[in-house]
Amino acid sequence: MSTTQRAVATTPTWIDDRIGAGKWLKKNLRKVFPDHWSFMLGEIALYSFILLLLTGVYLTLFYNPSMKEVVYNGSYAPLNGIKMTQAYESTLRVSFDVRGGLLVRQVHHWAALLFVAAVSVHMLRVFFTGAFRKPRELNWVIGVGLMTLAILEGFAGYSLPDDLLSGTGLRIAQGIVLAIPLVGSYVSSFLFGGEFPGTDFIPRLYSIHILLIPGILLGMLTAHLLLVWYQKHTQFPGPGRTNTNVVGYPLLPVYVAKAGGFFFIVSGIITLIAALFSINPIWQYGPYTPDQVSAGSQPDWYIGWLDGAVRVIPNWETVLWGHNISWNILLPALIIPGIMFTLLALYPWVEAKATGDKREHHLLDRPRNAPTRTGLGVMALTFYVLMWISGGNDIIAQAFSWSINSITWTIRVLLIVLPPLVFVITRRACMGLQRRDRDKLLHGRETGIIKRMPSGEYLEVHAPVSSATRAKLVASRESDYAPIEAPPAVDANGVKAPKKRRSGVKLSNFYFANRVIPPTDEEIEEGQHHAAGDLETVRPSGQITSGH
Amino acid sequence: MSNDSSSEIEVAGAHEIEHALRRTDIDPRAAKRAERQVAIMFGGSVLASILFVVAFVSVKSTAVVNVPLIGLIGLQNLTLGLASGLGLFLIGAGATHWARKLMSDEEIVDERKSFASDDETREAVVESFQTGVEESGVMKRPLIRRTLLAALALMPIPAIVLLRDLGPLPETKSRETLWRKGSRIVTDISYRPIKPEDIPLGGLVAGALPADLLKVEEEEGNLNQRAKAAIILVRMAPDEIRSQQIQDGDFQGILAFSKICTHLGCPIALYEQRTKHLLCPCHQSTFDLADDGNVIFGPSARRLPQLAIEVDKEGYLVAKEGFQEPVGPSFWERG
Ligand code: HEM
Ligand code: FES
Repeated sequence: MSTTQRAVATTPTWIDDRIGAGKWLKKNLRKVFPDHWSFMLGEIALYSFILLLLTGVYLTLFYNPSMKEVVYNGSYAPLNGIKMTQAYESTLRVSFDVRGGLLVRQVHHWAALLFVAAVSVHMLRVFFTGAFRKPRELNWVIGVGLMTLAILEGFAGYSLPDDLLSGTGLRIAQGIVLAIPLVGSYVSSFLFGGEFPGTDFIPRLYSIHILLIPGILLGMLTAHLLLVWYQKHTQFPGPGRTNTNVVGYPLLPVYVAKAGGFFFIVSGIITLIAALFSINPIWQYGPYTPDQVSAGSQPDWYIGWLDGAVRVIPNWETVLWGHNISWNILLPALIIPGIMFTLLALYPWVEAKATGDKREHHLLDRPRNAPTRTGLGVMALTFYVLMWISGGNDIIAQAFSWSINSITWTIRVLLIVLPPLVFVITRRACMGLQRRDRDKLLHGRETGIIKRMPSGEYLEVHAPVSSATRAKLVASRESDYAPIEAPPAVDANGVKAPKKRRSGVKLSNFYFANRVIPPTDEEIEEGQHHAAGDLETVRPSGQITSGH
Repeated sequence: MSNDSSSEIEVAGAHEIEHALRRTDIDPRAAKRAERQVAIMFGGSVLASILFVVAFVSVKSTAVVNVPLIGLIGLQNLTLGLASGLGLFLIGAGATHWARKLMSDEEIVDERKSFASDDETREAVVESFQTGVEESGVMKRPLIRRTLLAALALMPIPAIVLLRDLGPLPETKSRETLWRKGSRIVTDISYRPIKPEDIPLGGLVAGALPADLLKVEEEEGNLNQRAKAAIILVRMAPDEIRSQQIQDGDFQGILAFSKICTHLGCPIALYEQRTKHLLCPCHQSTFDLADDGNVIFGPSARRLPQLAIEVDKEGYLVAKEGFQEPVGPSFWERG
């Protein structure tokens, strides 16, 4: 035996001798992981987070979170002699006087952008495939928490360099805090150690950015992954895949190689992007001062929708007995996002109430098989994207020479009209697709082969669907669940049904409206048999005329 | 009590898992080729790491290159990034290629078990829980229960009170600025006092401050006063002023307004001379300076406060009095 071979052979026993991990390893070394491209989205989020931790720690070695004013004297000539805070000065120093420092800064920033993007798209995947259903509701809620924190963490990091752009962002955040009824002025004064901007805020934000939020993120992420591990990953329907098994590759070696390799791929690609594309060139913006601003400034992409909401809202403000309630700020910056995130977190329970479904789900839905959910998801996404577009209304105005006024009004109208419309269209489209699947199961797939009937009619020949397709299509049965029966408004004893129960039925009727009922096994058997016979009549005789 | 277990869902399970052989499974030469490809990628990563060190010590930080489609970039950032990026990427690509071509691609199956325990266990748990609760006496002794709840409810209060000294009380500071009667108006970059003749008709001074600001900033060591005191000056023909907040607040058509947006506090500077509109770059609130500084568009709910001005004995522009209303964003106590 070579030394390497000996090491491989003895490592598991070495570990078992020390911590008795034998049983656990026996069960888990070949743990099964289902494979699908969309399962990589969560991995991208995880790997960019790891990269953020690594590059972030490096940045802490050079960055100085102080708002003390100094006069710049460094390698970036255009700013020489200019007064700035040490936070900004040290960020310039990382960028220009530390070899590789700019690269690490840019990797950190690109990774942050990708991190939030991956988290968001990952969440969409989980939503549209119904992966949040029992028993995974807890992980859904953790996920919503992770996304919220990711956005906050990104905003905190973005504000650290204290350049003109990020300082303007902070000023806006402080304006939002001021608008909080009753306590706004107090919260602002405590947060900033007095008036804005003061000298306390960036050091405070720093400990939030490098300690508090990453700590919580790390803890929640660990819980998230432990749950995935323990509950086992969901899988898409397909041959051999049932609700009671997991089919995929073993942890050792395939998953380790693929997932481990993917970490390097993600890190590599982010680093290559950071090599080629500059991000947040703070030296171009100059140091923050509260009386200067640069026009056309945009926040990082994940703040765009909030910025857009703040722009699109009408200027409502109530002044009551000498007190201001700034709806124009509270609604878009706090109330609407608050409602959106709460609904998001509660969605698994809302849907379970509508379906009355208490079963465990380990097979994923194809989005078409849950038309109402898919419709709601696309509706919410439309709302989000419209707000996001509104965040760029000045850029659109410039690019197309439209007036900001008309763009804003257009978006206001669209925000109210488009989401419900999109809901209806999406739901219809899903049902159309479902019907097509149903036809395939009942009549076989269309072959494009035309047959002439004895009567002179022309008919298209159908063929049975492959077993893989059939497994996929039949899965719609799992998503379908008998709606809750409407209880009589007044029961036999003359007692009215409780209001709560009635609202549950309403929800259920809404959810299952016009549902497409999947065919039974017998129906499918018959249909497929028929199709097979159909094909039989044209195949052997060779008189097929295909593609007429 | 039976639980809704997953076994109720019967779907499409009966079909076999499909598996097709790859070239590398049947052709040893293909396998050898794949092995070489993986090794080349890992080897490439080794080279890239060495290249990184070479670039680190040899590329000057001032060197720039023109990359087609992208433009000018620092050579150091480019070389260091390409080397380390490739070094990372090639490890990942090699591992993935290895897994896809050479490791077994036969899928395996694991059974799931329902997470809920069997009825017996559940009952036992409920029972132990009840026994535990009973033995604690918490249900029998409401006095203990209620005082404990009260204690827990009040416990966060010290934690919140601890945050009190994060900052001073707001007091009336957001109503006060440095502007007083007679404060000289200076430009924001060069701190030069301004004479009316310096501003032509239709002209704009995009940023102006009170002359004593620098001294105050020196003393306080922060930019707090600047965040409230910044103003802009515009000059229009006196008969173009339709209305102003303060009677005779202008000086021969020169009007002074707070530069701090009443929406969320951005400094405003985009002035359209023809319409006399001032646009905030942050969320496009638009103010009509010829008409009280009123909001004519956008999310801001309040007009821009005006500063009444005049000239002093030496002919320089000065404030006639302080601001008559708070500048900047709304707050609860504003009124
Ligand atoms: C989810 C995690 C994180 C996100 C989304 C994030 C995001 C950001 C962003 C967008 C910036 C601005 C970068 C720029 O363009 O200058 C930043 C700066 C910074 N981050 Fe993070 N970060 C994360 C985690 C961390 C961690 C864990 C640390 C340290 C332990 C860290 C340390 C820093 C430092 C020191 C800066 C300021 C230095 C500079 O900007 O050059 N970050 N962060
Ligand atoms: S800060 Fe001026 S419009 Fe929002």
